[in-house]
Amino acid sequence: MNRLDELEARSIYVLREAFARLNRLALLWSLGKDSNVMIWLARKAFFGHVPFPVMHVDTGKKFPEMYAFRDRYAVEWNLDLKLEPCPGIEEVDQTLPPAARSAARKTEGLKRALQKHGFDGLIAGIRRDEEPTRAKERVFSPRGNQGAWNVREQPPEFWDQFNASLPLGTHMRIHPILQWTEYDIWAYTQREKIPVISLYFAKNGKRYRSLGDQDITSPVASSAADIPEILTELRATDVPERAGRAMDHEAEDSFERLRVAGYL
Amino acid sequence: MTSHPKNLAAIADPSPRSLLRIVLVGHVDHGKSTLIGRLLQETGGVSAAKIESLKAMSSKRGMPFELSFLLDSLQAERDQGITIDTSEIRFRTNDRDVALIDAPGHTEFLRNMITGAARADAALLLIDAAEGVREQTRRHAYLLHLLGVRQVAVIVNKMDRVGFDEQVYRSISSEISTYLENLGLLASEIVPISAREGDGVAKLSDRAAWYRGPTVLQAIDAFSPARPAEDLALRLPVQAVYKFDDRRIIAGRIEAGRIAVGDEIVFQPSGKTAIVRSIEAWPPSAANTEHAHREAGHSVGITLDREIFVERGEIVATGATRPKIARSLRARIFWLADEPLYAGANLTLRLATASTKARIAAIHSVIDPGNLSQTVHATVNNNEVAELEFGLFQPLGADLYTVNPKTGRIVLEHGGRIAGGGLILSVGSDETPLRPANRAVTPVASTVSAAERNSRNGHEGAVLWFTGLPGSGKSTIARSIERRIFDLGGAPLLLDGDTMRAGLNNDLGFANSDRAENVRRLAEVSSLLAKNGSIAITAAISPVAADRAMARELVGERFFEIHVATPLEVCEQRDPKGLYKRARAGEIKGFTGVDAIYEVPKAPDLTLRTDELPLETAVARVIDLLRDTGVLKRTETDTNTTI
Repeated sequence: MNRLDELEARSIYVLREAFARLNRLALLWSLGKDSNVMIWLARKAFFGHVPFPVMHVDTGKKFPEMYAFRDRYAVEWNLDLKLEPCPGIEEVDQTLPPAARSAARKTEGLKRALQKHGFDGLIAGIRRDEEPTRAKERVFSPRGNQGAWNVREQPPEFWDQFNASLPLGTHMRIHPILQWTEYDIWAYTQREKIPVISLYFAKNGKRYRSLGDQDITSPVASSAADIPEILTELRATDVPERAGRAMDHEAEDSFERLRVAGYL
Repeated sequence: MTSHPKNLAAIADPSPRSLLRIVLVGHVDHGKSTLIGRLLQETGGVSAAKIESLKAMSSKRGMPFELSFLLDSLQAERDQGITIDTSEIRFRTNDRDVALIDAPGHTEFLRNMITGAARADAALLLIDAAEGVREQTRRHAYLLHLLGVRQVAVIVNKMDRVGFDEQVYRSISSEISTYLENLGLLASEIVPISAREGDGVAKLSDRAAWYRGPTVLQAIDAFSPARPAEDLALRLPVQAVYKFDDRRIIAGRIEAGRIAVGDEIVFQPSGKTAIVRSIEAWPPSAANTEHAHREAGHSVGITLDREIFVERGEIVATGATRPKIARSLRARIFWLADEPLYAGANLTLRLATASTKARIAAIHSVIDPGNLSQTVHATVNNNEVAELEFGLFQPLGADLYTVNPKTGRIVLEHGGRIAGGGLILSVGSDETPLRPANRAVTPVASTVSAAERNSRNGHEGAVLWFTGLPGSGKSTIARSIERRIFDLGGAPLLLDGDTMRAGLNNDLGFANSDRAENVRRLAEVSSLLAKNGSIAITAAISPVAADRAMARELVGERFFEIHVATPLEVCEQRDPKGLYKRARAGEIKGFTGVDAIYEVPKAPDLTLRTDELPLETAVARVIDLLRDTGVLKRTETDTNTTI
C-alpha cells in the first residue's frame, strides 16, 4: 500500500463509521477540491451510492464556474443535493473583521440548515495541515447547541474508535480527510481522475489555491497549469495554502474565533 | 540525513512519499515545543516569513520570541504557555515526510496526549537534563507501551543548563533505560541536546564532544513507519452490511492478513461460515479483475456464496486461526474520566467494530507508573493504570494483544464518551461457536429453541428489574414498557411487586428475610420467563442491594437493573396509595423511605427520575437500553438507513 491507498482506506473507514453510528448525516460540499475528493471517497465507501444528502451552504458569492460545476456533477454523480442560503451580512457578529464577517454568514447559514433538516452529523472536508487551529481537531468532533467547538473539553479519540454519542440538540462534525495534505488531495485527484474546477489552474501567471467567496479570495502567483505542475509547485513552496483567504489574516485570532463559533 | 526542501528539481515520482508520524512526549516543562520549533527551523519546515511574523507578534505582545510559538496556535495556549491539545506539524527529510505530533505534558491534558500518541509510529521522549526523569516522564513512557508505540528515542534536553556534563547524561540514560526495559521497550538512541541553542538536533556540537551518536534528525530517520499487519492471521471486523442494490455487501477494513475470492471464512462470535464469492469495489471496472484478493489496511466489501445473517461487530477470520469468543476478559487499561471506576460498575466496551455493555468483575491491581509496583485498590482514578476483569453482556470475537494488536485491544466508554482503553491480557472464552442465547438458555424439555423464540419475538429474553422508593413511578414505567414492547411485536410480561405479593408471595411480610425471599422468587420467575424468550419486567421496591445482586446472579446475562430515582420528597408528595401518610402516622412499620432504608444502586444499568422525565422519554430510554445491548434486534433497515 502506498500513502494514498492508506489515506483512502482510512477515510472510507471513517465514512462508514459515521454512517453506521449517526442517524441523519449530510456531507458538506463546498465545490472545492477537498470536498470533491470526499464525495469520491463516499462513492467508494458505499459502492457507487452516496447514501446521504450532499449540502451546499451557498453564500451566493461563489464564482460562476463553481455553480456550473455543482449543477453538472450533482446530476452526473446522482447526488441528493440540498441547497441552503446564507443570511445577509447585517445579521452576523459585527465585531469580526470584514472578511471574517463574510465567512460568518456561512456559519449562520449552516446553523439554520441544521435546524431545518435536523441533521445529527455533518461530514466536512477540513484538513490538519490547512491551518494550525484545524490541527487540533478530532475526526469525530461534537458541537454544542449553537454549533460551537469547545477545544478545551474535547474527548479523547484513539485506535479509530470515535465518540458518536450525542446529547440532544447537538451535532457531530465528521472529518474523513483530516489527515490528508494539500499534496495528497492533488495526487489523489490526479490518480482517480476526479473532476475539478478550472480556477485551480494558472491563467496569466495566477491561479486559485483555495476557493471561497469571490470578494474575499484572491489568486496566488503561479504558472502551474495542470495537476502535475501543481504537485511540483507544492513540493517547492513555503507559502501556506490559505494565503489567499482574507479572513484568516485580518487578526491574529480571527480564524480561531470563527471556528469556536462553528465555522468549519 | 536531511536536506533543505527547496530544491526545485522536477518530481520524478509524483506519488506522495511515505509519511512517518512521531509523537513528542515528556514532562510539561522539558522543552517539547522548543524542540519542534528547532526541528522546523533546521529542516526548513517553516518559512522565514512565518518566523518574521511571529517575531513581530511577540514584540507586539511584549514577549521575547520563543521557537515554541510556532506551534502554539490557540490563544489559550499562548496565554498559558502550555500545550493544551495536540498540534501536528510537518517537515520533510530526504526520504520522507514527517508529521510531528506535539502532545501536552500537563497531567490535566493526558487524554489529549493519548489522542496524539496513539496515532504515532514512533516517539521521542524528552527529559530535561537539569530535572532528570520525572513522574510524568515515566507515566508517558508507560502509556507509550500501552498504546503500542514500540519505537522510542530518548532526548536529553537542556544540556546547556548542566554545562554539557557527561555524568548527568550517563545517569539519566541509565535510569530511563532500566525503566523502559522493564516495559519491554528499548530506547533506540539517547541523544543529548540543547533545543534552544541547537546542539545535537541537526548536527553534533563540540560542547558535547564525548557524545558521537546520532543527532535527533538521524534518530528520526532511523525509525520506520508502521506497516499494516499483512503477515498475521486474517481479521476483518464487519462495519456494516449494505444492500444499496441487488448485492448484499459485507463491508469493513482488513486489520490483519489477507482475504481472497474462494476463501472459506468464519464469523466470530456467531461461528457462521461462508465462502467469499467476490470482492466488490467502485468504480466497477476495478472490481473482479484487479481484486481477487486484498491485504491488511484496505477497506473492502465482500459478498458471500450463501445467505447468512451477520451483523456489525463480528470478525471475519479463517477456521484454524479464528479469534476467541470472549465472555469475559482481563485487560491492562488506562482510565481518563473524572469519575473513578469500581468493581460492579457498568461501561460500554468497544473492540474493533463491536461493542457491548460490560461489568467490572474485579480490580486486580492498580499500577503505579512511577515504580511499576502493583497494589490492590477499590477504585481506579482519573489518569491511573490498572488490571481489570470484565464480564461481557454479549460475547465478542477477541484476541490477546500479543496475538493481534488491533483486535487485542479495547476502548471503554463512559457516559457516551471514550474514557479509557487497554490491552487484552487473557480471555475467558468458550470454544463452542454458538451465541449463549442459543446454548445456555434453552430449556432442556422444550422442543422450541431459544433461537426460534427470539426470531418470532424480535428480541432475546431479558429481565428489566425496576427498583426504587414507593411512589417513585416504577409500576407506571413498567406498564408502559410492557405495552411498548408488546406493540413492537415482542413478548413482555409484567411482574408487579404488589400483584405478586397478592398471590404467589402472600405468605411473605416485610422483615428483611421476607424481603429477600420476595426478591428471590421474583428473580426465579423472571429468570424462567427470560430463558423462554420473554422480557420479564419486575417492579418491586427491592431496597436491599445484596438482594438485587442475588437476583442478578440468579438471572445471569441480560439482567438490567433500572433505578427509578425519583427523590423521596416527590414520592411522598405523590403518595398514590396513601402509604407514606400512614407510615408517618406510625400505622405501618418498616416502610421504605420512612423508617426502613433504601440502598441506592451503585451501578444501575439505567437511572430514571420520573419527576424530571416525561413518561415517554423514560420509556424511550429503556427501549434504547434494550437496543444498545442487543436484546431488541435492530432490523437491517435500522442499522443501514440513516435518512
